[in-house]
Amino acid sequence: MAEVFANATQILEPFRGVKKVTIEEYFTSGHRTCQGCESALVMKLMVKAAGPRTIVLGATGCMYVANTTYYTTPWVVPWMHTQLGSSGSAALGTAAGLKALMKKGKMKSEPINVIAFCGDGGGADMGLGAISATLTHKEYNSLILMYDNESYANTDIQLSGSTPYGANTTFSPPGKVRRLIHTRWKKNTAAMLAAGHTECRYVGTVCASYAVEMMNKVRKALSIGGPTFIHSLDPCPKGWDYDPMLSHELGELAVECGVFPLYEVEDGVVRHYGKTKAIVEGRPRKPVREYLLKQGRFAHFTEEDLEYFQAKVDEMWNEWEIPGVIPFKKAPAGK
Amino acid sequence: MAVETKTPAPGTMATDDREMLISGSEACAEALTLADLDVVTAYPIRPYDTVMQAIAKKIANGQLEAEYIVAEGEHSQFEIVKHASTVGARVFCGSSGVGWMYAMECLTVTPPLRVPMVCMVGNRALDDPGAFGVEHNDALTVRDLGWLLIWVDTAQEMLDTTLLAYRIAEDRRVFLPIAISADGAFLTHSQAIVQVPTRAKVDKFLPPYNRGDLQLHPDNPITVAPQANEDWVIEIRRQNNEAMNRAYTVIEEAYADFRKTFGRGPENPWFEEYMTEDAEVILMGMGTISLPFKVGIRNMRAKGMKVGLIRPRWFRPFPTEKMVAALQGAKAIGVIDRDYSFGSPFGSGVVANEIRAAMYNADKRPPLLSFICGLGGREVTLEDVYKATDLCFEAAKSGKSPLKTQWLGVRE
Repeated sequence: MAEVFANATQILEPFRGVKKVTIEEYFTSGHRTCQGCESALVMKLMVKAAGPRTIVLGATGCMYVANTTYYTTPWVVPWMHTQLGSSGSAALGTAAGLKALMKKGKMKSEPINVIAFCGDGGGADMGLGAISATLTHKEYNSLILMYDNESYANTDIQLSGSTPYGANTTFSPPGKVRRLIHTRWKKNTAAMLAAGHTECRYVGTVCASYAVEMMNKVRKALSIGGPTFIHSLDPCPKGWDYDPMLSHELGELAVECGVFPLYEVEDGVVRHYGKTKAIVEGRPRKPVREYLLKQGRFAHFTEEDLEYFQAKVDEMWNEWEIPGVIPFKKAPAGK
Repeated sequence: MAVETKTPAPGTMATDDREMLISGSEACAEALTLADLDVVTAYPIRPYDTVMQAIAKKIANGQLEAEYIVAEGEHSQFEIVKHASTVGARVFCGSSGVGWMYAMECLTVTPPLRVPMVCMVGNRALDDPGAFGVEHNDALTVRDLGWLLIWVDTAQEMLDTTLLAYRIAEDRRVFLPIAISADGAFLTHSQAIVQVPTRAKVDKFLPPYNRGDLQLHPDNPITVAPQANEDWVIEIRRQNNEAMNRAYTVIEEAYADFRKTFGRGPENPWFEEYMTEDAEVILMGMGTISLPFKVGIRNMRAKGMKVGLIRPRWFRPFPTEKMVAALQGAKAIGVIDRDYSFGSPFGSGVVANEIRAAMYNADKRPPLLSFICGLGGREVTLEDVYKATDLCFEAAKSGKSPLKTQWLGVRE
């Protein structure tokens, strides 16, 4: 009997429209995030989608420090901190512990959701190795969610491997001689993880500006089983330097300008969805300047920088093997 | 003369124990099987990895049912078991040398989270230079972090200590992690006859791991390890220290119960005394270094030299009063460190400095000599033993501690 649940997951049907979303909250008051914080919303929607039979593990980052300042906790479900580079290990260890205890009859058998979250610092930089390893352990069910606010937003806004080209951060301030310190292109984390872990059954990108869609992706990842990964783009008023009321709008613009495509890789099949799907099907993308110039972190950009940024995004859509996802190009015939 | 850790005389041993010719690492794996381990992580580094090889074989053969996870690095290895332990699983992992250091962040956070992990350090020199031989600096790095820390000497002690470790660590009065230090090669890879008890006896001695109200489970929705800043950190450290203090009682109880259940094990959990009763010179050293020292001591005793050995087992918590009492009768003490602490007081090893600290308030403070010996697995010769002993007898005569730390067996 215990074996029945060895790899079983909770079956979480998608919410069919905003009115069908459940009322219960599992991330409530008690947090101290900034006004307009999109990542706090991601936490709230993530665990709302997962439901009460869930364990959440949080790597060091602003969603640790700002949420669980001692004596307060917004978490209604069990929550535990893990090290900056350990979201993968935390998910794996928790899932393995539960599995061992259930298999050996030391704990009541039932599927329990295990979610580990990390910021882009913990996910795209330091913890990448551990996440990669966890995505190869297909016998343990867990979801790793990377909330990507494109900087180490907890420590003073330093650049990460996920910070966009040219952005002004405290590690890449524009100066009198060098306008751009940070000239690396943002890591393609979700696609890298999807391409490199062929037995990982679900990798998706989400943006909480499209909240129901985002929650349904979480539900799909948790239901499908095995280790799964979701990359969420989270506008950050403090790090990106904009009016907090614009968080949702910036998330939408990131998608509409083609900077952050929404897609999922489910059992090896790539699907674009939402506004991104419309772009793939021919709807014109908005120019990236509309997105970039709303943010103080790009205020030092010249026309030349904007053009470079636009050209890189165009390349991603026009020349990649899978638009906005897989950066390979087919070799021209005869070469 | 006190020769404490001898094999029990025939007839005193329980008849249902099995005798096996196994290495220290394999003895550890036998104990882990008897302890019904739930989750184990592995990552290769010599010499500790032999324990993982032994566990892998046991799992493959169906002798142990546990989640066996080959991790992608030591950092992950220790985090995986830490989290498995928080949901209630009995766990094990380990490492050696720089691998242990690579996990250091995870080793640091384990005691304040009160995760009673049991780990093995197959003691190994730290890089560079790359070396596989034994040194104790790797394990000693957790000395100040809240880990319980013990050195073992024989394969039998490895098995027994592993069972004791779970009993002590998982006692709710303690709830701290334990690092079991086993000398690389000399213990991890060397075979000896080991008495392996039955599962029934182990079950009697070792209750199931119960995490109680600290268990992370949807039925117990707690928030673990919130962020505290300057608030409460000192209280949390104080609580850790009190748990460490309570370990003194729990260790004594566990060893007493161990002797009752298995019919073997030391009267004194804290350190082994070898021919110390009338000793004028007491030599001290941890782990397998005891072997050349015991041989040397027997030879010197035959010549009428009154010399004995104290081999510390538990380093954290440190048995201060008992150690001081045991050293009071000596006319000189020679501490042999298989470790170093560059730039420390008198350039001594870690153990020597620890013994000096313990003796500071003692009524009698015999001269203390510090030796560094056998680093990187360098053979410790009888000549080294005799040289150290001679220097100790000189100090006993003069009544003064030479401040210079002697490095034994070094090519000059």
